[in-house]
Amino acid sequence: MPIHDQSYRHYGGGRAAPGHSWLVIARAGIRTLIRKRVFIGLMLFALAPFMVRVVQFWISSQYPQASALAPSAETFRQFLEQQDFFVFVITVYVGAGLIANDRRANALQIYLSKPLMRTEYIFGKLAILFTFLCLVTLVPALLLLLLKVAFDGNVTFLKNNLFIIPAIVVGSLVQVLLASFTMLALSSLSKSARYVGILYVGITFFTTAMFGVLYAITGSSRVSWIAISANVTQVVDVVFRLKPRYATPWQVSLLVIIALIVLSISILERRVRGVEVVT
Amino acid sequence: MDTAVVALDGVTVIYGKNQALKNVTARFAKGAVGLLGPNGAGKSTMLKALLGFIKPDQGRMTVLDMDVAEAPLAIRARIGYMPETDAHIPGMNAVTFVAYCGQLAGLPAVDAMQRAHEVLYYVGLGEARYRNVETYSTGMKQRIKLAQALVHDPDLLFLDEPTNGMDPKGRDEMLELVRDLGHNKGVSLILSSHLLPDVEYTCDHVVVMDKGQIATQGPIKELKGPTGRIYELRIKGDLPRFLEALATLGMGTQATDEDVMRVFVPDALGDQHAIFRAAAQFGAQIRHLRPSMPTLEDVFAKAVGED
Repeated sequence: MPIHDQSYRHYGGGRAAPGHSWLVIARAGIRTLIRKRVFIGLMLFALAPFMVRVVQFWISSQYPQASALAPSAETFRQFLEQQDFFVFVITVYVGAGLIANDRRANALQIYLSKPLMRTEYIFGKLAILFTFLCLVTLVPALLLLLLKVAFDGNVTFLKNNLFIIPAIVVGSLVQVLLASFTMLALSSLSKSARYVGILYVGITFFTTAMFGVLYAITGSSRVSWIAISANVTQVVDVVFRLKPRYATPWQVSLLVIIALIVLSISILERRVRGVEVVT
Repeated sequence: MDTAVVALDGVTVIYGKNQALKNVTARFAKGAVGLLGPNGAGKSTMLKALLGFIKPDQGRMTVLDMDVAEAPLAIRARIGYMPETDAHIPGMNAVTFVAYCGQLAGLPAVDAMQRAHEVLYYVGLGEARYRNVETYSTGMKQRIKLAQALVHDPDLLFLDEPTNGMDPKGRDEMLELVRDLGHNKGVSLILSSHLLPDVEYTCDHVVVMDKGQIATQGPIKELKGPTGRIYELRIKGDLPRFLEALATLGMGTQATDEDVMRVFVPDALGDQHAIFRAAAQFGAQIRHLRPSMPTLEDVFAKAVGED
């Protein structure tokens, strides 16, 4: 007689009410990524500008003769702009396979046969990319502000630049949400993460190159709305109360960003299904 | 038939110009029910409609007394689905994958992990549970699909072609598991298959589909026909006269291979001696007589109109 019954047994424990599965998906995705050394290396590398800024803030607060290093509201805008590159790399690394790999392994029918809605699945996947992108934009930017206050030993800088907190939050969210939604939508279009990555890189570079060519021909930056990255730059500049660097009205750039997010949601709504119906 | 765990009323599913399900009305009894039909009959479409993956163009479906259109999440919390195609979550080992599925179904993390170990042992993957699912053989992939369907202890299982691609030994073991679940563990199940022996071995009821419609449905025993005995018979003599004589006596006949026929002897007429008596009376020589059993194949052939 076996010591332990290895036959099938019924489960008598508790069950969570539907609606929390997105958290399970997000946690599992985050856990999978932080087990990868390459990814941890990338994240640490992405925080290098943050470390440089910390040293800059510390020196400027400790040595009055280094006043040239003293941060302003624009410094935080510059920091977020520096992080654009890492946002791009992390979006490709993390996001390309989020749905594409599930489609390759036919995992969608496994997910959607469980008590979770399609929106929960999408939200869970989005949360993975969103988390890591916030860790290289929003979180270090807010931390920098906190360290600035700590190094100064007073809140004068914060008082004089109170708009900076919402500016960091909104600016980071514009960057992060656009990257997350567009990448997730592209990821739902293919079964190959590599193809999705190439597509994302291609679209980003192509639109930027198009803008460059049109700028060279027309001599005007009014067509900057063609480049995805230029729209983000334009809107975040305005959020930080800086003069927009392109001639395109910032409202147009904002509309383009919103349109891209809406288009991405529409693609996700069509592509994330338990069964692919080909008619 | 017991209380139905799944009921479809006038369900129609259309893909473009193709009607995958045509006004289907069916009842799936509690216990093990086979969903039988040739490829393209609409079996998988029916399961996917019941899971809420496909919205029917017409009709109403209930699973465990809940309307599929109104309570899809509550239904999916109580059912397990084993898809036909290879399906797994990439980058996970077996125990993590099954525990993850348990958590998706609402189980707390600790319970999900414990259940994952238990069901992996149950399906025969205990020793391979720390291997990445992507390295599994076809047979092992079938087993892990069953494990993920079972981890949250569902009341009802949808098994879509569970023995596809398995070797004979693995197939027998899988059928044994399915049979055990349906008959000893109190889990109702719908086994979708085009393999008659699989359904006949594991199920008590059957729903036969053909070209998107229900061809026949009911308990397998009943569908096999009235009680009596069936014999394979070959005679020498005046065959038409002998057949007429058998029919007069109340024995049904059906031609099979060349000169062999199948004779149905109702209980009231006794056993093979009725055939011997008829043969003696009409001067026919019996050259071959062997008892035969009605099979689900007969039911299927009759239902889909094959000879």
